[in-house]
Amino acid sequence: MNGSVRHLYVHLPFCAHRCGYCDFATVVGREGWHGRYVDALLAELELERGRLASRVETVFLGGGTPTLTDGAELRRLLESLPSAREVTVEANPETVTSALARMLREAGVTRVSLGAQSFQPELLRTLERRASPDAVRSAFYHLRDVNFDNISLDLLHGIPGQSASALEADIDEALTLAPEHVSYYELEAKPGTRFAHAHGAELVRQAEAMEGYFDLVVERLTAAGYRWYETANFCRAAGDADERDLRAQHNLAYWLGRDYLGLGIGAVSTVGDERRRNTPRLKAYVTALARGEAPPRDVESLDELMREQERLMLGLRLDTGLPLADAGRSIDSAALGRVERLGLATLRAERDGQRTLVLTPRGRRLGGAVTVELLA
Amino acid sequence: MDQERIRNFSIIAHIDHGKSTLADRILELTNTVTGRDMRAQVLDSMELERERGITIKAQAVRVTWKGNELNLIDTPGHVDFTYEVSRALQACEGAVLVVDAAQGIEAQTVANAYLAIENDLELLPVANKIDLPQADAEGAARELAGLIGDTPDHVLKVSAKTGDGVEAVLDAIVERIPPPLGDPQAPARALVFDSSYDQYRGVVAFVRVVDGQFRGRENVLAMAQGTRFETEEVGFFSPTMKAAETLGAGEVGYIVTGLKDVAKLRVGDTLTTQAQPASEPLPGYKDVKPMVFAALFPTDSDEYPQLRDALERLRLNDASLSYEPETSQALGFGFRCGFLGLLHMEIVRERLEREFDLDLLVTAPTVAYKVITPAGEVVEVHNPADMPPERERVDEPYVRASIVVPKDGVGQVMELCNDRRGRFDHMEYPSPERVLLIYELPLAEIVFDFYDQLKSRTSGYAGFDYDFAGFREGELVRLDVLVGGEPVDALSLVLHRDEAYSRGRALVDRLREEIPRQMFDVAVQAAIGSRIIARETIKAKRKDVLAKCYGGDITRKRKLLERQKAGKRRMKQVGAVEVPQEAFLAVLNLDDGKR
Repeated sequence: MNGSVRHLYVHLPFCAHRCGYCDFATVVGREGWHGRYVDALLAELELERGRLASRVETVFLGGGTPTLTDGAELRRLLESLPSAREVTVEANPETVTSALARMLREAGVTRVSLGAQSFQPELLRTLERRASPDAVRSAFYHLRDVNFDNISLDLLHGIPGQSASALEADIDEALTLAPEHVSYYELEAKPGTRFAHAHGAELVRQAEAMEGYFDLVVERLTAAGYRWYETANFCRAAGDADERDLRAQHNLAYWLGRDYLGLGIGAVSTVGDERRRNTPRLKAYVTALARGEAPPRDVESLDELMREQERLMLGLRLDTGLPLADAGRSIDSAALGRVERLGLATLRAERDGQRTLVLTPRGRRLGGAVTVELLA
Repeated sequence: MDQERIRNFSIIAHIDHGKSTLADRILELTNTVTGRDMRAQVLDSMELERERGITIKAQAVRVTWKGNELNLIDTPGHVDFTYEVSRALQACEGAVLVVDAAQGIEAQTVANAYLAIENDLELLPVANKIDLPQADAEGAARELAGLIGDTPDHVLKVSAKTGDGVEAVLDAIVERIPPPLGDPQAPARALVFDSSYDQYRGVVAFVRVVDGQFRGRENVLAMAQGTRFETEEVGFFSPTMKAAETLGAGEVGYIVTGLKDVAKLRVGDTLTTQAQPASEPLPGYKDVKPMVFAALFPTDSDEYPQLRDALERLRLNDASLSYEPETSQALGFGFRCGFLGLLHMEIVRERLEREFDLDLLVTAPTVAYKVITPAGEVVEVHNPADMPPERERVDEPYVRASIVVPKDGVGQVMELCNDRRGRFDHMEYPSPERVLLIYELPLAEIVFDFYDQLKSRTSGYAGFDYDFAGFREGELVRLDVLVGGEPVDALSLVLHRDEAYSRGRALVDRLREEIPRQMFDVAVQAAIGSRIIARETIKAKRKDVLAKCYGGDITRKRKLLERQKAGKRRMKQVGAVEVPQEAFLAVLNLDDGKR
């Protein structure tokens, strides 16, 4: 009996070191647990297999540092997961050797998301990243050498101490490598993280100067021919990519409100009207699955309005806009008028009579505020 | 009681000079209150009064001393209630003028003494607190004698705290204060010098019978207001309510009126019987008008009904409080209230917040202006927003201020008065250490921080009192504040032309700091009519996005947006601009800070 979920996320929590700004479920050390953890992931997959569609479209291995996982265990995992059109693995540059690149390629990975963050040594130190700028470049070429033709660079702006010229230098470096995809996030110093504690005041001081960084990123990347398809994501336009759609298909599924299944500690699944989060505790997770039981989970039930609100929140991040019908009652129609009058959004009539709400470039820069304005 | 054996008197004093303690001691010595019932400062019944050291409502207590009936009439202790004080004094033949022997005479001592002299009262000067080590009884006696034109050896020296000398005060009241005049056979007349509201018995009037007599179950007329009612009971306080057959000429007591509205019986009115009405009312009735106005808004607009009920309740006991509904675009529904003065406003505000647990936004206080239109009409304006655009002239209320200053603070205080458009009248030297300055000042200038400034420039030593001195023409303008081109009604001000620029600048700067950036540029302006005198721009936000949104954190991001939405809903809307309530508070506090 097959389910309908076509998108699978697998969490690999192991890290050599926990970076100060990170708030994901990660595990430092515990090298001896890699095998047991992979066993547990595969056990959870078996428990959940009924939810998956017969054909899975995307698989995403995120972390943590998936590429820090013992090579043989990682290979075993990859070979046991359902095959898919897009199989992405997140990689930290310092872990990418030519052997690892080859193994990923052989194990069916189609796309690598490389966590570069920056090319400036002092900023990498601020972020507590272990890779040097050279390691980022060599990781990229190791991947290219084994013919990966869909590489994403993850970069950050708004790092404490980052000047506008340092940001420009990072963009230049990234463009030189000509990745198919770029994710450019603003650093979030989340309350409670070590990083917020150490750098919060500095970030407040720099806030005004950094306000232009997002614009700078958008301007430079679009000028270089990248498509700004999601608030923080860019890909080579189809025209210069042999007509391939280089958007991150797995992430696109989140933004389009599709169901997804998450495996591993801290992993979240959304299926129908239920969202659940696995325990973030390694031992509890592994122990439960070793006994053949589902891991401890928090379950949240989603009503229709919540799902519509999420469609609004996520859909407006995309350059393709949001079909109004999807957002249903979550939109305040008076606010819609205001937002249109302010030149922040337009309503596009589709051939089938549907209407799509699309943010203007300025509206996309204010996407959070526009979403809040529109929420009924 | 034989009229010859009645003495009616008040105790007048500067705040904290010992009026209430002396009253307590008198009640004790005359066995009016037994030790067990004795509570410090019996006459000040309200918590707030005790805390502020002032008395809001007058009461009268009857005591017996060596076969004489003494009526102690308590007077309100503050300048805002000058008219009530003057009516209470009119009910007396004498007054005990108390001065703290460690402090000497103060501005309020001066003002009260003058008021008593104007009412032809026999003054009984008393130097109090002689038990204090720093007391200078002789010095205080000299100052008092100088003030009232008496000799220093006539000044009684007491300690109300220890009781030392208080019997001599009682004896002096009997010996030196004359008995009441008045004709027991003439048509009845009584002066209403205060009133109070009891939820079961209605309005209770405090009266001084001048001629004739009053009894229960008798039809009575209030001559100035024309109010008619049947007396339910007459009596006196000793110290609790004691019913009596009659209240006769010269006596002080209460009349239970059964009226349900304090406004129907105003202080200063004359009561007479309907059966045999007097031909002339007693002199001195004035319809007291509020002089200071401010709008009160509940911080939480859902509390509007509670605010309305609370004002109704306060009004029951305070005929001088007036209010009418006011709607502000920015602040919602509230009330524009009229007060006798600043202190009255503060008391009402505190009572609303403390007794009724309301959170209030109070607009900058404004005074009553008289606007003469080009057509020659006179319009009284209590709200800057009502200022007619076409004005021939605007007159503003002035006060005559008595300021007592230590002699090395005179320059500072004169500078302050000059800055506040004051006109010097004259100065006196009641003692070698102190100077009495008499100035005429616009009331509007006192409404803003004058008293705080006075205190800070004299390290707290200056005293201040005032009386209304009439309306004078002023070069006044209305200053409007515009946010995104929309006037913010609650922030409009009437002020002197010379101050408009600096106030406008301060308001605009503060609002620019307090209003968060919006999705568009917002102009913040201060304007006189159509002329913009200050402007700032709140630049539009350039960026407001959630950095990232993936499967694992969608719930958290949705909740974040919901919280932001809830925050937006709490904002006040000025045109298209969302202004946090705190911005209004900050701007209104700016007025506090400035004054």
